[in-house]
Amino acid sequence: MKTLVWVEHDGATVKDATLAVVTAASQLGEVHLLVAGQGVDGVAAEAAKIAGVGKVYVADEAAYAHALAENVAPLIAGLMADHDAFLAPATTNGKNIAPRVAALLDVMQISDILSVESEDTFTRPIYAGNAIATVQTKDAKKVITVRGTAFAKAATEGGSGTIEAVATTGDAGLSTYVGSEIAKSERPELTSAKIIVSGGRALGSDEQFHAIIDPLADKLGAGVGASRAAVDAGYAPNDYQVGQTGKIVAPEVYVAVGISGAIQHLAGMKDSKTIIAINKDEDAPIFQVADYGLVGDLFKLVPELTGKL
Amino acid sequence: MKVMVPVKRVLDYNVKPRVKADGTGVDLANVKMSMNPFDEIAVEEAIRLKDKGVTEIVVVSIGEQKSQETLRTALAMGADRAILVVSEDKVEPLGVAKLLKAIVAEEKPDLIILGKQAIDDDNNQTGQMLAGLMGVGQATFASKVELTADSVTVTREVDGGSETETLTLPAIITVDLRLNEPRYASLPNIMKAKSKPMAQKTPADYGVDVAPRLTTLKVVEPAKRSAGVKVADVDELVAKLKAMGVSK
Repeated sequence: MKTLVWVEHDGATVKDATLAVVTAASQLGEVHLLVAGQGVDGVAAEAAKIAGVGKVYVADEAAYAHALAENVAPLIAGLMADHDAFLAPATTNGKNIAPRVAALLDVMQISDILSVESEDTFTRPIYAGNAIATVQTKDAKKVITVRGTAFAKAATEGGSGTIEAVATTGDAGLSTYVGSEIAKSERPELTSAKIIVSGGRALGSDEQFHAIIDPLADKLGAGVGASRAAVDAGYAPNDYQVGQTGKIVAPEVYVAVGISGAIQHLAGMKDSKTIIAINKDEDAPIFQVADYGLVGDLFKLVPELTGKL
Repeated sequence: MKVMVPVKRVLDYNVKPRVKADGTGVDLANVKMSMNPFDEIAVEEAIRLKDKGVTEIVVVSIGEQKSQETLRTALAMGADRAILVVSEDKVEPLGVAKLLKAIVAEEKPDLIILGKQAIDDDNNQTGQMLAGLMGVGQATFASKVELTADSVTVTREVDGGSETETLTLPAIITVDLRLNEPRYASLPNIMKAKSKPMAQKTPADYGVDVAPRLTTLKVVEPAKRSAGVKVADVDELVAKLKAMGVSK
């Protein structure tokens, strides 16, 4: 079976999410990569070194610069004439592009897979991760998005893929990129952080969120996350949100501070290796999944913890 | 300008789903069902756009007869007219997208607003698939929508921040949580919604094959986490963290 993996990149380097997709793709067969973008020779060279990669297709054109689904999907659909499966990371970009590819190929997509059971059978979470479904596809071509935390990352060295330029499909003329605002952060990216400190509504304000959460995260070298309630209340930016509708994380250690543990939040973090909860309500649902729980006032306990580390 | 909003009836988001003992699915008997929360946001956005040149809002649902209730909710919020495509069997996103495409061909809306995902199947596909089938632009995960006579500019929530795109109409938007705060339907509006038109159709009326492509072999509960312990104080937690090698 030949698989095609869409490489997520920022124009300069391959994003981590792609590496987990390569692992999933290698469980299906021969792995080919697609690097689409503008001025992406460096990305292609880096992609070719990923362990287990065969061909690296490069589509270099201005139309692909911002990964607009309208322009990228026809390119992928064209390449699928020679491939049996298309895989993309279940990131916002992957989720945006893959279903459009599936529609162009007239196949059902399998979203956010957790495992490859066989060539046509996969597991995936439903109902905010409260159930795991095993699904089998009848489609000849498979379109799949992959949950990054469910697969080991392929090694970034040791591969010897061959780079091949492919014909570009141009601008579909349906959409125009206007601009973006990407939050700058010195901290590790949430989805790849080994340790995450997350704050909830109990922090009470934007100022207190930063005053309590940031020093602890800095001490631990951790990424900072938030519950939906904290994001909705404006204590933290949108892209901090961990949960069913935000980011799915599975760090070594997840520290939940002032988070009650609604099912939508648990959906985003319950695969963490060790969960630590600090909450004043000893009946909070978060304690049902926490390995270590500390009951008490976070405004007192967290600074004390930060001080003692 | 006409806007179409597809809505889905799902298990209420506050209900903890129970997996059936025989592994065939999630138990939906006698549990509270509601409109998918993202679809409420989509309906709300369509209503807000009524000040900006939108003249008619058509809501559509595909599913069991009881989806009528979901459509009535949307009508009570402020939608003008509803179409129910009755299918007692589950229709997958690809089938839904094909049916919606057929409805679009009849209704000719300028804008179609959907939720970014349904909280039951968590697929996040239908809007993108519909855009692909129709060959129009798509703006997924919208947190801000600005509509003009022939285009729409959408700010999208993406990993790491936000991104803005302009699409020519007709176009597809899928909405994210923070786009708006959906309104509650008032009692008089709930009464009025009962007399708003609701057409009933079947997939066969549109000549669309909605046979599923995926077979669910089994549904199981996720692995349970082993019970944890409560630590007495910060010192004990620090000791645990040190034992894990997190801190020196």
